[in-house]
Order: sequence, then C-alpha cells, then structure tokens
Amino acid sequence: MIEKVFKGNSRYWMWLAILSAFVGVGAICYIRQYLFGLGLTGMGRDLSWGLYISQFTFLVGVAAGGLMLVLPYYIHNYKVFGRLTILGEFLAIAAIVMCLMFIMADIGQPLRGLNMMLHPTPNSMLFWDMVVLLGYLGLNVICSWVILTAERKQVKPPRWVYFFVYLSIPFAVSIHTVTAMLYCGLPGRHFWLSAITAPRFLASAFAAGPALIVIACLVMKRVANFDAGKEAISKLTTIIMYAALINAFFVVLEFFVGYYSNIPGHKHSLEYLFFGLEHHGVVYNNLVPFMWSSVILCFGGLGLFGYMKIRKVSTDLMVGIGCAMIFIALWLDKGLGFVLGGLVVNPLDEIVEYYPTANEIGIALGIWATGLLLVTLLYKIAVDVEHEVEA
Amino acid sequence: MDKQRRKFLKIAGATALAGISAPAVVKLTSSSAMASSGHGAAVTEDAHKAVSHGAEEVPTTVRFGMVVDMRKFYGKPELLDKAIDACRKVHNIPQIDNKKSEIKWIWKAPFENVFPEHSGYHSSNIKEDNDFLVLCNHCDEPPCVRVCPTKATFRLPNGIVAMDFHRCIGCRFCMMGCPYGARSFNWENPRPYIKEYNPDFPTRMRGVVEKCNFCGERIALGKEPACLEAVKGSGAIFFGDLNDPESEIRKVLEQENTIQRKPSLGTKPSVFYIV
Repeated sequence: MIEKVFKGNSRYWMWLAILSAFVGVGAICYIRQYLFGLGLTGMGRDLSWGLYISQFTFLVGVAAGGLMLVLPYYIHNYKVFGRLTILGEFLAIAAIVMCLMFIMADIGQPLRGLNMMLHPTPNSMLFWDMVVLLGYLGLNVICSWVILTAERKQVKPPRWVYFFVYLSIPFAVSIHTVTAMLYCGLPGRHFWLSAITAPRFLASAFAAGPALIVIACLVMKRVANFDAGKEAISKLTTIIMYAALINAFFVVLEFFVGYYSNIPGHKHSLEYLFFGLEHHGVVYNNLVPFMWSSVILCFGGLGLFGYMKIRKVSTDLMVGIGCAMIFIALWLDKGLGFVLGGLVVNPLDEIVEYYPTANEIGIALGIWATGLLLVTLLYKIAVDVEHEVEA
Repeated sequence: MDKQRRKFLKIAGATALAGISAPAVVKLTSSSAMASSGHGAAVTEDAHKAVSHGAEEVPTTVRFGMVVDMRKFYGKPELLDKAIDACRKVHNIPQIDNKKSEIKWIWKAPFENVFPEHSGYHSSNIKEDNDFLVLCNHCDEPPCVRVCPTKATFRLPNGIVAMDFHRCIGCRFCMMGCPYGARSFNWENPRPYIKEYNPDFPTRMRGVVEKCNFCGERIALGKEPACLEAVKGSGAIFFGDLNDPESEIRKVLEQENTIQRKPSLGTKPSVFYIV
C-alpha cells in the first residue's frame, strides 16, 4: 500500500515540499542543539522543562483522542465512524512519533536513550510512559495496517486483530494517564499536585484529537474527494463539545481549590497564568494573553457549536472554524499553560519566566512538520485505498 | 454450566487479587503514620511503634547527615563563601555566571527562599540580614531517586544520594522531583568554566545532571566533607552518622532546636539547620 504515497497531484507535492522545508529547518536547528547542548534553548536551572515537554504532553493527548472514534465503532458498533477509525489510528501513530521526537529533542544525552530499557526502573513514571507509548504505537501500527489491508482486499479482517483493537482502548487511556502521572506525583509542585490532572488531560485529549480529525476530514473533502459523512462529523462535534466542557469544568475546579483554600502554592500558578503574579514589586504575566485567548477560543468554539446544534445549521466552514478554535484553545491550555505555569515558581520560591529561543521554536516546528508530513502520507494511503475499493 | 464457570472465575479472580495485594496492604498499614520529618519526635514515635509492632528495630546501617549551625555564620558571609569555594575546587564545579545555566552544589540564599514554608512575616533582623547555606538534603525518601528512569541517581547504603554521571540521560525529571532545587543540569560543556582543575574528581560533560554528593569520595578516604573542613574551627557544620546515638551529630541534635527544609513533603531530609 505504501506505493500510494508516490502518486499525487501537484497540490499534494507542493504541500509535501512546504512541510519538508520546515522539517529541514528543524533538522538544522537540532544539529545546532546537538553540537552545543540544551543551552541553546530558553530552559534553565530553575525552569528545566519547556516547549519540548509541553508539546509532548499535548501530543500524547492528540494520540489518545483517536479513542473517541475507535471506542464507538468497535464497542458500540456505531457504523457511522466506519470510515474514520483508520484516520484516528493513523493520527495516533503520527502523534506518538512526534512525542518520541520531542522527548529525544529534550534529553541532554540522546545517545544514552536506550538506558531507559537497559536499566528499567519501575518506580519511575517516565519508564512506564515509555512502555505505554511504545505499546500504543505498536498496537496502532498493527491494527491500522491489518484492517486497511483487509479492506483493500475486501475481506473481513482476521479475528485475532480484534484482540489488539480492544487492547488499544485501555492503552489509549493509559498513555495520557501515565503522562499526567509524570506531573501529578511530584512533591512540591503545587499546580501539578492534583488528582484531577489525569482526568483533565483525558478530557482535553478527547476534544483535541477528534477536532484535528474533523479538520483533516474537511480538508480531505475539498482536496481528496473523501467524504466522512455529515452524521459522523456532527457526532464528532458533539463529542468535542462534551469533552471541552468537561475540561473547562475541571479547570474551574482547580480555581476553586486554589482560591477557596487560599493556599499560596495552589494559587500562584493560576494567578500567573490568568492575572499576572506579583512578586517583590514585579508582575510576571507573559502567559496571560495566551491563557485568556484560550478561554475565549474555547467558549467561542463551544458557543458556535451550540448555535449550530440549536438552529440546526451546519456548514463545513462553521464546523472547521469551531474545531480549529477548540483545538487552539486546548493547545494553549495544555501545550503551553500547564507545563510552563507549573514551573514558574521554583522550589526556592523565586519566579522565573520562560521564553523559548528561536532555535528551540525551529526544532518544535520541525517536529510538528514531521508529524503533519507523516499524517499526510498515512491519510493519503487510507483515502486512496478507499477510492480503490469504491472503484 | 456457563453461569457456574463465570461464578468460579469471579471468585478465583477476587481471591487472586486479594492474595496479590495483601502484602502491599500490610506494608502500607504498618508504616508509621506521622513520619514526616524522619526524626522529629524520635522518642514518641519509637514508643508508638513499640506499642503497635513489638520491639522497634535499631537501625544498623549508617545514615550520614549534617547540621548547619547558622548562628556561627551570622555576620560572616566570608565564612559561607569559604565553604562554597572549597566545594567548588574539590568537585570541579564550573563557574558559569549566568542564572540560567549555572551549576550549584552548595550555595547561599535568603531565609525566605531556603525556608519558604516558614513565615517570613516580621521575621528577626538576623534572618533578614543573613544568607543561609543551601545544599542537597540527601533525603531518606528522595523523590529524585523515585522518578529517575535509569537509576542514574540512587541512594547509597550510607544514606548519600549519589549520581552516576555516565548513566544519566539528561531528562531532568530528577530536577522536577526535587522540592529543594538542589540539582543542576549541564546546559553546555562545563569544562571551559572550571577555574582550578582537581584531578582527583571527575569533570562532567554537557547534558547530565549533577548535585552535592556529601563528599562521598572524601568520606571513603576518611576525610571530612570539604565545606566542613573549610570552616573547621568555627563549629558551624557538623557531619556524621544520624543512626549512631553516640555520634557528635546526634548529640548536637539532642541539645539544639533544629529545623529541616519543607519537612511536610515527607522526604525526610538529612540536613538540619540551627537558626
């Protein structure tokens, strides 16, 4: 099936060329970082995780989001998602590849990465994160490839593959739960030390992943003659709405705990993220505009979807805008605010703000471009197989 | 038939689960409920344990600890610098004058930063005017060791939390886990920043984490920690075995009122302060 990626129209090749340019820039930036060290990033002694880890955290959510297609189709036999599950699985593959690349970009001695496997350490959540991420990647590769091959040959998928399909469901939950556990089990990091971190991650994942899939479907409808169907898109927007609402509810709960208990450590990060944190006469607020954009986009997207559902109007443009708003809102919330907000107060009660460097942003864009490239190639295969079967 | 099999599986599953979890439950319930400081009220805690679980086991292992008598440092910042410089020389610590990339094993900081959990409101002038010594606490329950994915940082049988610079992959998870900010990462090659090279201790490469090692390499040779040696005579730093009731450090702990950094986190620091 791989041969499908080598045939395409000029727009397809143009898109690949643009992405490749970003990949190239990212690669050059990474070589610079590899030769000099992580000092080329904006991270430092007091703020030692930054853009890479926050992107990793967000993308684990995107990967887990595919569950919202797999679960209704395979467990509840919701046939409408039949054409979409493969897209969810392929998106998960690309997202996890991005996650692994962000991890490799973030570690100081990438050549020693195998020490994670040579010296397995079950008490470390990072070890378990590696286990579930690689597991989920493997499961998605097996399931998507076997099922797509069967579809192409117009035979039923072999029975054994359903074992892996069902296994991938708890794995999807586990990847984001374990990723949350990286954060929520650390003493002295008050913002992260919250049992609601894992459910909050899952809620935002179940909105962000499907939102990206809907956007991809709308794009492919225009450029690749692939129609996911109105009902499927409509059902997906409902799922996105509920998940985004639950995420917003969890954020409100964090506010309640922080501000009602009035414990400074629980308030500091929220204050910094949303209002600006005052310390010795200086106000630290570089993320405030991002966080309020997130709030406005989230509720704007929800409002748009709500309007569409009540008035029973729906155009592709409206759906696309709504999904993009919610996706960006959740990216700002989790891909920036969660990690950076939790680190703004260091263990010695000093305040350090984080500004990524150009090199760091170059690497991050390069990895995102690699992921998009991979998604494009995989979706090309999926769509072409569909067309082949239909023909 | 089917129903019976289902019932059997249920019972078997529940039994297996109970069997597996029993040791964990026993272990969880048997640990002392109020052990946040690791020493705090040693007498009452021991008494409590003796009542509930028979005779308390006397620890047979060594657990190194340190008492910093800040009273001896008040008004003498040069004494603090002496201790810090001694460590820098002994351990080839690079001197990077950049808050983002600096490497710190032992350093000085204001009271409100070292002890953020203690109120700084209307605190005494002596706390306002003096810097306090900060170093790795060599916790009895070190979160950095718990989170490290490669066992590159580990607790030695003598209580020292040590680092293997060759195994560290530089993920910096330990820096996230440490609630004391005791760890530094080599953001770039540190070797050009080493002022005086000491051939007896390894230099580090970029991309690995490092921190105070309680001078484990010196203790092995029967020497004292470098910071202690540098301020010897002032009686400002005591070092010894916290598990030995006859040790000098235990005598100091029995006589003086000491505090630890962030005891509520349950890390059980081995560094004590007299303020």
